[in-house]
Parts: sequence; C-alpha cells; structure tokens
Amino acid sequence: MTLDRTIALVFLTLCLIYGYAAYFVMDAELAPFMKRNPVWPSTFPKVLAVLGIVSAFWVAITAKAGPVKEDGIDYRRLRDYKIGQAAALIGLMTAYALALFPFGFIVSTVLFITLGAFTLGERKLHIVLPVAGITAGSLWYLVQEVLGIFLRPWPFFAGL
Amino acid sequence: MIEGIWTGLTTAFSISNILMVVGGCLIGTFIGMLPGLGPMSIIAIMIPVAVSIGDPSSALILLAGVYYGAIFGGSTSSILINAPGVASTVATSFDGYPMARQGKAGKALTVAAVSSFSGGTIGAILLLVFAPALASVALLFHSTEYFALMVVGLSAIAAFAGSGQVAKAVMMTVAGLMLATVGEAALFQSPRFTGGVMDLQSGFSFITLAMAMFALPEAIFLVLDPKRSETGDGSSEIKDLRITRDEARRIAPVIGRQSVQGFMIGVMPGAGATIASFLGYAVERNIASEKERAEFGKGSVKGLAAPETANNAACTGSFVPLLTLGIPGSGTTAILLGALIALNVTPGPRLMVDEPNVFWSVIISMYLGNLILLILNLPLIPYIAKVLTIPRNFLIPFILFFTLMGAYIGQNNATELLLLVGLGVVATILRLADFPLPPLLIGFILGRMLEDNFARSMQLYDGPSFIWERPMTLGLLILAAALLLLPRYRTLRKGAGNDRSA
Repeated sequence: MTLDRTIALVFLTLCLIYGYAAYFVMDAELAPFMKRNPVWPSTFPKVLAVLGIVSAFWVAITAKAGPVKEDGIDYRRLRDYKIGQAAALIGLMTAYALALFPFGFIVSTVLFITLGAFTLGERKLHIVLPVAGITAGSLWYLVQEVLGIFLRPWPFFAGL
Repeated sequence: MIEGIWTGLTTAFSISNILMVVGGCLIGTFIGMLPGLGPMSIIAIMIPVAVSIGDPSSALILLAGVYYGAIFGGSTSSILINAPGVASTVATSFDGYPMARQGKAGKALTVAAVSSFSGGTIGAILLLVFAPALASVALLFHSTEYFALMVVGLSAIAAFAGSGQVAKAVMMTVAGLMLATVGEAALFQSPRFTGGVMDLQSGFSFITLAMAMFALPEAIFLVLDPKRSETGDGSSEIKDLRITRDEARRIAPVIGRQSVQGFMIGVMPGAGATIASFLGYAVERNIASEKERAEFGKGSVKGLAAPETANNAACTGSFVPLLTLGIPGSGTTAILLGALIALNVTPGPRLMVDEPNVFWSVIISMYLGNLILLILNLPLIPYIAKVLTIPRNFLIPFILFFTLMGAYIGQNNATELLLLVGLGVVATILRLADFPLPPLLIGFILGRMLEDNFARSMQLYDGPSFIWERPMTLGLLILAAALLLLPRYRTLRKGAGNDRSA
C-alpha cells in the first residue's frame, strides 16, 4: 500500500472519530436554551467530518505509486539518507522540551545546540560552545528581562 | 487638507523624528526576524518607551517604524529558513523560500523589500486621499460578507492543487479547518475536541503549527539529505541582489494591483493582512499566464511580490478604521489604539479636526517608515542572506532552536514544544508522501474566523438565507467558486485542445 493511501486511511479513521464526537457526543451536552439556535457548536464540525471522510476516500481511491524520485527525497529510499541523524535530532528536541524547566534555559540550550552540532558531525567544540553560550545568554535576556516571559536560567537546584 | 499635510510633513521630517523612525525600523527588523515575535508583540514591548517620549507624534512615528521593521523582519525568516513567524508572512514563504534554495536569497529579500515598500507607499497615498470616505464603506461589510471573504481566502489552496494534487490539497484544507475547531470557540463558550487536556483548552497555537508545518520538516529534510543544504555557489549568488529589467516588468503590475486590493482588504476591520496576502497570491496565480502559473510555488518573483505587497498595503489600510472611526481592525492596531489612548489621543471622527498634526504626521511617518526601511535594509540584505552560507552543522541546530523558541515564546509553555515535535514529525511524513502543507495552515488560520462569521450570519438571518439575500455575499462566494474552478476548467480545456490536435 502506498504511503498516500495509508495516510488517507489514518485520516479517515480520525474523521470517523471526529464525526462521532460531533454527531453523537457534543449535542448531548448542549444546554436546552442553546438548542433553539440555528447554529450549534457541532454544526461546523459535522460539515467538516463529512468533507473529511469524502476527501480521505478521494485520496485513497486516486492514490497511485509514482516512479521513485532520483532527485529529492523519496520515502522508498529512506535508507539512502541520514535517517539516524534525523531521529537523533528529533530525540534531542524532545529531551530539550522536557529539560527546559528542570535544567534551566541556559544549560539546556547550550547542551541542545552543542549536541545537535555534534550529532551532525561538528567537532570544533571550541567554536560551538561559546556561540551557543552567547546565543542562549542574549536570548534569555531578551525573553526574560525585555519581554517578561518567565524562563528559569539555571537548574532547579541552583536556587534561582 | 493641504495645511494638514504640511503640518504632518514638518513634524515627520524633523531630525529627532527621523532618528525615531530609523531606530524603530532597526529594532523592528532585528526582533521581527525571531520566529514568534510578530509586529504585535514588538509594538507591545515598545509602548512604554513610546509613552515615555511624551509627544504623541514622535511616539507614533517610533511605533510606525517598529511596525514596518517587524513586518520586514518576519518576511526575512520566512524567506531564509522557511519559518513564518506571523500569519501574514506565510504566503511569503511559498515562493520566497524556494528562491532562497535556488541561491537567490539576496534577490528574494530585495523583491520582498521593494514590494513591501511599494505596497506601503501606495497604501499610504490611498490612505491620505481616501481615508474619510473609505471608513463609511468599511462599515457596509457585515459578518455575512466576512464569511464570504474567508471563503475567497480559502480559494488560495487552488495554487497547491497541481496535477493529481487536488484531492490531497482538499484533504489538507479540511484537516486545517478541523484543527481550528479544537479548543474553546468564542461564540459557544464550550471547549470542543480537547479530550480533557487543559493545554488544548485555548486550541492549537498558530505559531506552533506554522513552525511544525514549515520550518521543522524543512530542517529534517536538510538533515536527511545533506545535498539539499547546498544553495548554489553561495557567495557569488548572494551578491546577485538586483532585480533584472524583465523581472521588474513582471512584478510592476502585480505591485500595482495588490497595493490597491491589499489596501481595500486592510480597510475592512477584521480582514487584515493575512487574508490580503493569501488572496493576493491566489488572484495573481489565477490571472498569470500558463507558463508563469507553473512557476508559482517553485520560486516565482510574482508569487513573492504579490503577498508582500498586499500585506503591507493591508497594514496601511488597517489604519483607516483606526484613525477615522476609532475601531482597531487587527491585533496590532488594537495595541496601537492602546498606545494612542495612553498618549491622551482619542482616535475617531474628531481626530482629524482636533489633532490634525497627529493625524497627518502618522500618515506621513508611515510613508517615511517605508522609505527608511528600504534605505536601511537594501545594504543589509547581503549580510542577512549570508545566514545561508553558515555550514549546515551549525545552521541546522540553530534553526531547530529558534523554531522551538518561537513556539515557546508564543505560548510560554513547555508542553507546546512537545506538541511542536509531534506535529513536526507528522508534517514530515505528510511531506514525504507529497501532501501540500500550506493548505493545512491556510485552513487553520481562516477556520476560526470562518466559523465565527458563519455562525453569526446564521444567527442573524436564522438560517442560511443570507447567502442569497445579500448580493455582496453571493458575489464573493461566486468569485471564490470561480477562483477554485477556473484553473481546473483551463486544464480541462487545454487537455481537450491537445486531444483534438492529436
């Protein structure tokens, strides 16, 4: 099965769940006085659910496997690309999101940029580390001090 | 009026006010380049500075400089790293980023700067001449017309429905519209499709979705295939900033048309620069010749000039209801209204009579802001474009970091970052299967406004009769259908023609 068709079927499933919620769950919770309105919270979602189901079928029926692309990225040749690096960077981004509060903005950011560059093959850490430090420091100043958006700079155990 | 313009000119062209506009443009451009910080947040940051100046004209001149600087800064990140920080620059990335990938980053930035300048300038002239008259026209637009206008805006998806892509483009638009229904709707006061997750109560954030759909998949693609990082012979091509005579000839009519169209859309409260940019892109694509249409989405100068001109003209247009009626038509003008009130100036029909120096100096300073921006940014473009010559091992972690920061600043919430990564992975899979992602974002941006205006119209007319009872609504809906169907009709006719000749 082509990737197009798989995506269309996944989308179809999501539309069915969305449609079920719109047709059967949302209206049950509607306050009686709201039922006199010509538009309910479920009206637009109901239309969208039908449109979604139709478009998912349309894609699933018309999807065709084209020739493998020689130029550009083709999912059928994923092994030819640096998939390990991409997966490592996605993992790193997830770790960054989880580490931002406990480890503080500056430590997490310096580590994220340095490890990111290292993953991609950069070994000049004497350049990466100071650049990452300056970026993290100046951005922290902008966000916390100028914009007033809270960003803990140091790890939780530093007491700051 | 002439006296007023003269007062405005003398106020705006004083040394201290020129310095204000220069400072404002520079601050706006540099902060605006950070994804997540749009004109609205930057103006909000600058309000205390502006208020401390005391003189309303100087304060507004500073804010006008910041406004235009921020819009240009936002376009820069769209063009260079495919990270549109604000909704109005999403359409800029459709052709701006492909141009940068072809090694024409410098040229793309120049086209953007020139188009923004022209759009802003023509807008300022229109504002000067028609402001009072247009204010009354803007009031003729009701929610039914807004609903129809959003539908016209959605017709921009036709641009991404190439051969065999129609079904995918429609599916992506519906997905975007569905995402827009998540969270609490203003009209119903009840959360929908949140699954009990508190962080989804206010719905998905635009910035998270924009970063996940555009910037993140592109960065992952750059990692997957290192050859994609090569943007031609870097240093030599970045010097190629000049717009050729042929390109100038091609974009001149686009700039002319989109300045007027963008301005008119900007005048209507609530429509704003986003709709103007999508609509500008859709209209220009539809009226382009077949050969030029094929270039749209692949690095067309027309495709870049259209949204850039339209969004700047619309920003200028949004000052019409603000200055003449005291109605802020967009988030940014709402913040400016706050600044004006803090400065003891009350916008409205009396402003032109009571404080003509403020009224006219704001209009003149908008023109001045545009001019200074062009003078400041043209020499800076080669340096800004040099970002792309940074080795990929350095550049990619920074792009990812700024993408994450954009989402964080927008929502001040670490959960948003996890959402960004998740949606980014989904978007990468969709891109691998050749699903066009811009329709999803267009659907998401317009979805909420579409539903609100639809619901309001249904309530006002107690059913869908507004569609045929209001001629302007019907006309706009017919226009939307034409914009969607015309390319299809042309393709079919061409196919039939080919069959006959064969």
